[in-house]
Amino acid sequence: MIIHRLLRVGDRGVLITLALLVLLAILVPALHLLTPTDSPIHVPAYAMALIGKYLCYAMLALSLDLVWGYCGILSLGHGAFFALGGYAMGMYLMRQIGSRGVYGNPDLPDFMVFLNWTELPWYWHGFEWFAFAAIMVLFVPGLLAFLFGFFAFRSRVSGVHLSIITQALTFALMLAFFRNDMGFGGNNGLTDFKDILGFNLQSTGTRATLFIATCLALFASLLVCFAITRSRLGMVITAIRDAESRTRFLGYRVESFKLFAFTVSACIAGIAGALYVPQVGIINPGEFAPANSIEAVIWTAIGGRGTLFGPILGAVLVNFAKSWFTGALPELWLFALGALFLAVTLFLPKGLAGLFDRRATKAANSQVPAAQPEAAE
Amino acid sequence: MRLWIAFMLAMVLLAARGHAAELATEIKALDTSNFAQKENAIAAIASTGDARVAAVMTALNDGTLLIRKSDRLIVIAEGKGTIRIENAATGEALGQAAEADLDKIAINNKIRRQSKVILGNLTLFSEDPAVRLKAADDIFRSRDLSALQPLKDALANEQDPRVKPALEQALAALTMMSDAPEAERLAAILAVKARGGQDAMSLLASAAQGSDAVARAAAEALAALEQTRSLWESMQNAVYGLSLGSVLLLAAIGLAITFGVMGIINMAHGEMVMIGAYVTFVVQDVIRSSAPSLFDYSLFIAIPLAFLLTALIGVAIERSIIRFLYGRPLETLLATWGLSLILQQGIRTIFGPTNREVGTPSWMSGSITLGEITLTANRLAIVVFAALIFAALLLLLRHTRFGLEMRAVTQNRQMASAMGIHTARVDALTFGLGSGIAGIAGVALSQIDNVSPNLGQSYIIDSFMVVVFGGVGNLWGTLVAAMTLGIANKFLEPFAGAVLGKILVLVFIILFIQKRPRGLFALKGRAVEA
Repeated sequence: MIIHRLLRVGDRGVLITLALLVLLAILVPALHLLTPTDSPIHVPAYAMALIGKYLCYAMLALSLDLVWGYCGILSLGHGAFFALGGYAMGMYLMRQIGSRGVYGNPDLPDFMVFLNWTELPWYWHGFEWFAFAAIMVLFVPGLLAFLFGFFAFRSRVSGVHLSIITQALTFALMLAFFRNDMGFGGNNGLTDFKDILGFNLQSTGTRATLFIATCLALFASLLVCFAITRSRLGMVITAIRDAESRTRFLGYRVESFKLFAFTVSACIAGIAGALYVPQVGIINPGEFAPANSIEAVIWTAIGGRGTLFGPILGAVLVNFAKSWFTGALPELWLFALGALFLAVTLFLPKGLAGLFDRRATKAANSQVPAAQPEAAE
Repeated sequence: MRLWIAFMLAMVLLAARGHAAELATEIKALDTSNFAQKENAIAAIASTGDARVAAVMTALNDGTLLIRKSDRLIVIAEGKGTIRIENAATGEALGQAAEADLDKIAINNKIRRQSKVILGNLTLFSEDPAVRLKAADDIFRSRDLSALQPLKDALANEQDPRVKPALEQALAALTMMSDAPEAERLAAILAVKARGGQDAMSLLASAAQGSDAVARAAAEALAALEQTRSLWESMQNAVYGLSLGSVLLLAAIGLAITFGVMGIINMAHGEMVMIGAYVTFVVQDVIRSSAPSLFDYSLFIAIPLAFLLTALIGVAIERSIIRFLYGRPLETLLATWGLSLILQQGIRTIFGPTNREVGTPSWMSGSITLGEITLTANRLAIVVFAALIFAALLLLLRHTRFGLEMRAVTQNRQMASAMGIHTARVDALTFGLGSGIAGIAGVALSQIDNVSPNLGQSYIIDSFMVVVFGGVGNLWGTLVAAMTLGIANKFLEPFAGAVLGKILVLVFIILFIQKRPRGLFALKGRAVEA
């Protein structure tokens, strides 16, 4: 049904992105596994891990686009959902280490032995099973988003206030996870992972599989977001973005629609975090830093919010630029990033996607009224 | 008094002459590895009453009392590398010695205590009242019953009204711990209780062991003291809270003004604070190299400069960036965040990533003690400074044309514009004012925080919390919010820890916003309802 609608609606950007993702999922692992290391078309392991990382960021940007680009909720705390998903996966990977840790304790992760803990805290139970951890990857960020959104949207906290308290949320979580007695490894976070589902995390086969899984997850998230935004539900969500009071007066329960978008978005961010952790090999409280969440917002803005392929493009491009800058001109990176923020907000309100597709820009312009009455509050 | 001192001096001098040989003989007994024998030797040394006893005991404690290997003479060493030695018993200089020629006299904690008490007893008769006072306090803490007799002697001769009560308290402490008659010990407990403080409490706690009348009385006295202490602690926390609240107020008040008038959050606000701190650094640097005598006034020079510079930057930001994003508050948030990254990196490029040293003028160092409450002078200065800024802003808003226009635009922009207020000019000036206040906040914060490119970042989230908690209706909301958050933080700290306390405050604010989405002091009326 989705495919049918895709072809009918003819959103070329999404179609091209989906095709590119399939291509990436086949080509990169194939070039990594099947070509000799000295071949010019060989993709080295670090490059594959790097692209995998970008794709995880792209998923985060996509999830942000669903709430910001389509529902008008600027979350400055989406990194929290990403990190929570990552921690759920990290806890599973920690439990898989078993007695191979430095202290050789079969039950407790190393950092707990180091802190002289004698038994596993209750919230660590169950994470030895992959299925449980996989559910938690969705459940924990989803539940937090649901509770947070339930109260915030019901009280009609919106605009700048909502952005500020989402930032406070991720800041509070960062402080909490930095504490050793939280039982999540404190400052150092979770690392030294050995294997996933019995496969060695360092082996090329596992890495290639993880890469393909990331491509598929992004593919699926894109389809889900597409289905949501093109449905009647999505129309209401977009209407909320453009004229919240008017939608409410038309008889829609605005807070329920917002809550739905926010929770789905948090789940997608959680999956992105869960795929990110095994590929980079560490998760620590730094992922909760408010600056990370704001950076994710700029990926979405640069790519073009309100289009589904834009944020993916933005996340990949900005992170590619970041990798290049921090290698070649490290002291200039923050200047470049700051200039990006300014340039995009001042000159490219529709992002890169707006540049690529004139028709999309025109259509979007007629969708968004120039002055939103509530924006000036 | 003077007569008595002269008399005592004469006695000591006479005694010294008579006992010199004795000290020289007794001191030889220290040359043993048996600690019990050493204790006896120390007691014997003390009983000689020689003027050199103090020097010997100090040296013993410091580990500079040594034995010359060649003739087993006890000497006092001085200096490192080239060691000069002198005869411990007579004080006669013996030239230099190598470390290898000397043996150490090992001591244990018991001996350390014993020698301290002896020193305490000696100092009880010092000519300097301050030394006697300290000796009395030392005895109070040591609970050493052997000091009882010297203490009584000292008390009998004491004339100084400041030292006498201290001696009496020390005597009471010892009486309480001794096996004196019950009535005397009960009276002593009252005296110790009257003194108060941490030492009295630990003393009473040890006297409260057991079940006799004395122990019960001690337990009661302890409970009373603990109550007083917790009261003082609450007051101290409240004062710390006010101090933290003032810091928050300084950092947030400029933000609150711009948020109130323009409905935008300036993410680069923290960087204005940081720039203000760097202005202080530059001003002090110039003063150090060209006019060091002006150093005490450096902050007064820095304040107007910081205000002017950051206000100009603020107006420039408003004119070049923010006015184009008018009506899009979320985009403004992102643009100012980008700006904050650029400003941070700019400062890092110019001044380097490390902390810069900002000095404290002499009038701001030291601390003020009131009862059991202490507050450092720079913290107090910040409280006063924050109050002044707040009052000045209040006056500006209430009694000037610009303030009137600002309030009008805050309440209803369209109507204000219709009444002929040039809203664009008000916006630019408001943004400049908010930034300028951030700049002078930076001058103040440079006194209590590290001046580094990240200075602003550490305040920005707290400032946001103050603004959303207080609401934008009027300045009092910001004041109440800053003080509430400051005091709540400090009261949570003792039992929740600093980090958990902060988390609890953040969670509280997140919940509070659900209840009152527009903060404590929200503007009422149709204009603010979206």
